[in-house]
Amino acid sequence: MTAVPHDQSVPAVLEMEEIDPDSGLSGPILQVRDLRVQFPIEDTMVTAVDGVTFDVDANETLGIVGESGSGKSVTSMAILGLLPTTAQVNGSILFRGRELIGLKEKELQPLRGRRIAMVFQDALAALNPVHRVGAQIAESIKVHAHDISKTDLRARVVELLDVVGIPDPAARADQFPHEFSGGMRQRAMIAMSIANEPDLLIADEPTTALDVTIQAQVLEVLERIQDRTSSSIMLITHDLGVVAGVADRVLVMYAGRVCEVADVESVFYEPRHPYTQGLLGSLPRLDARSDDRLARIVGQPPSLIALPAGCAFHPRCPHALVPGRCSQEQPQLRLLGDGQQAACHRAEEIEAKPLEAAE
Amino acid sequence: MTAVASTAPAPTASSGDALLSVEGLVKEFPIRAGLLGREVAAVHAVSGVSFEVQRGKTLGLVGESGCGKSTTGRVVMRLLDATAGTVRFDGIDVHGATPRQLRTLRRRMQIVFQDPYASLNPRMTIQGIISEPLRIHGAYDDGGADRVKELMELVGLKPEHVNRFPHEFSGGQRQRIGIARAIALNPSLLVLDEPVSALDVSIQAGVVNLLEDIQDALGLAYLFIAHDLSVVRHTADQVGVMYLGKIVEMGTTDELYEQPAHPYTQALLSAVPIPDPRKQRERVRIVLEGDPPNPVNPPSGCRFRTRCWHKAALDAAGTDTSACTELDPDLVPRDIGHPVACHFATVRSVV
Repeated sequence: MTAVPHDQSVPAVLEMEEIDPDSGLSGPILQVRDLRVQFPIEDTMVTAVDGVTFDVDANETLGIVGESGSGKSVTSMAILGLLPTTAQVNGSILFRGRELIGLKEKELQPLRGRRIAMVFQDALAALNPVHRVGAQIAESIKVHAHDISKTDLRARVVELLDVVGIPDPAARADQFPHEFSGGMRQRAMIAMSIANEPDLLIADEPTTALDVTIQAQVLEVLERIQDRTSSSIMLITHDLGVVAGVADRVLVMYAGRVCEVADVESVFYEPRHPYTQGLLGSLPRLDARSDDRLARIVGQPPSLIALPAGCAFHPRCPHALVPGRCSQEQPQLRLLGDGQQAACHRAEEIEAKPLEAAE
Repeated sequence: MTAVASTAPAPTASSGDALLSVEGLVKEFPIRAGLLGREVAAVHAVSGVSFEVQRGKTLGLVGESGCGKSTTGRVVMRLLDATAGTVRFDGIDVHGATPRQLRTLRRRMQIVFQDPYASLNPRMTIQGIISEPLRIHGAYDDGGADRVKELMELVGLKPEHVNRFPHEFSGGQRQRIGIARAIALNPSLLVLDEPVSALDVSIQAGVVNLLEDIQDALGLAYLFIAHDLSVVRHTADQVGVMYLGKIVEMGTTDELYEQPAHPYTQALLSAVPIPDPRKQRERVRIVLEGDPPNPVNPPSGCRFRTRCWHKAALDAAGTDTSACTELDPDLVPRDIGHPVACHFATVRSVV
């Protein structure tokens, strides 16, 4: 399928002057290099994201997986410049070749919602309760297309609601968020975020608050949209099942760092980082009867205020050499062949070993 | 064992091996309006639910938000009064029990809540939290402090942390505290209301393992209420699927996951993503249209008919499906081998 040119479907949109529309059409549209985000807490700085490097290719879905506090949401907020001003952001975020870090509010504004859009987890909190849903979607179009006519705007809003599978879109557009069910609100949010056919859609736990049958509807909508607009999706989730179903590549985060990146099959069938192995082993399976115990990862995720020395995962790792490299030296993300990267000193040795129950 | 254990009442004889038997349970919440607060309508949260929980076994109750599974758990515990129906625990009618009987019952059936942040009093130490049931039932003076330490070890916490407060523990540890409190009086039945839903994946596995260990060690029966079908497959012996206040299908875990016969069970199972990319991409997802109807005004006949993909397919093929609209299907085995509440039940493997 070919890409739908933006300017046909949304007339009179101001084109971003400084972004060369041709650059990165074949390569990555987003390049994050050595991203580091720190927050001041009391007298110290807490590092929430540390040395994160990854690419998002055109028309791909990158799944970002990690538990609470792993830094996956902070990473996405940094891309959109949504972090509080007290946060210190270092490194580089190139969107179609243009540096986003250090951009002023005014310079970011035309990007947000136009070229990069976000779907948040809590749709009820993200929608304004006192405005009609249609008006809120219209607003996100008008921000970037000032001179769109009222009729065109209305038609576009109804079309968007229809695209995300909301029945009777014309009537629904005039309703308030509280009249929508949870799944419909999330779909309205998605309608809003794709209103300007962004190049990159960041979906932060878009289905976490939803029931599985509603989750299935929303995932279907995301897939359909990607086919239609050939945008790239960064899907942030803790649900490995969702990632297995929709991601092309997967990035696994732990304690603010990337521990593994690879195409989806490598991550699930040949995980090289002990944390990835542990996560997969700890999942109860719908498709297999098991009388065995789940292979749990011992211990707790570390506090970002007191990260362990060396590899942050070493206190929970069944393969860690302690005392040794694992507790002394921070492992860097390394290429292990076939595009698979892992940040583990022992990745080569572990590979041959199946995961043992860590108890 | 400590003295606390020996004070637990001896199990009385009951039919079969069922520890808990629930029959025709109905729970409606009135909606009041107007100056006089007259009842104008009712939320039909639970509408005629029947099941049994066997001694030492786990019954999983699954369904989506608003299906009535948590309400069922609460009515079973008599935290809410039933509108109709009976709950028998070891032969005793829970809702007809005298205050004295109820007091004895309460120590034999306990509940673990979903949110370990909200269910522990932030001003109490762990010692206070775990010993509270012992004190209430007058069992603390007799070696209660030792019992608390023993319980903490049992759930994998360090007994030396007994004087700490809930905020000093992580979510998984707090859930362990909630479990320790629930088993303090040596109950025979635990109602587990989404016990691992609030926990991270790597922590969840530890709590699931703990629940299994405790069940094996103490011979507990579980009513495991959850929306996560993968966790339920791992933990339950029997599973009931709820939709809009009714159980639509019931069977052993293998029957239900491998030969689901109700169109809702099939849709539900097909929607759960499996963490296996090749398998997941080959699966056919049954996507339901719309949202569950309002339980104030449930559809006539089969409550699932408004979203039923199977009925839609039958209608398209010209089959007469008027029974779906007119007759509320009973939860009976039909030709399937396990009870299914569907007029057109057909086994279809979807996992």
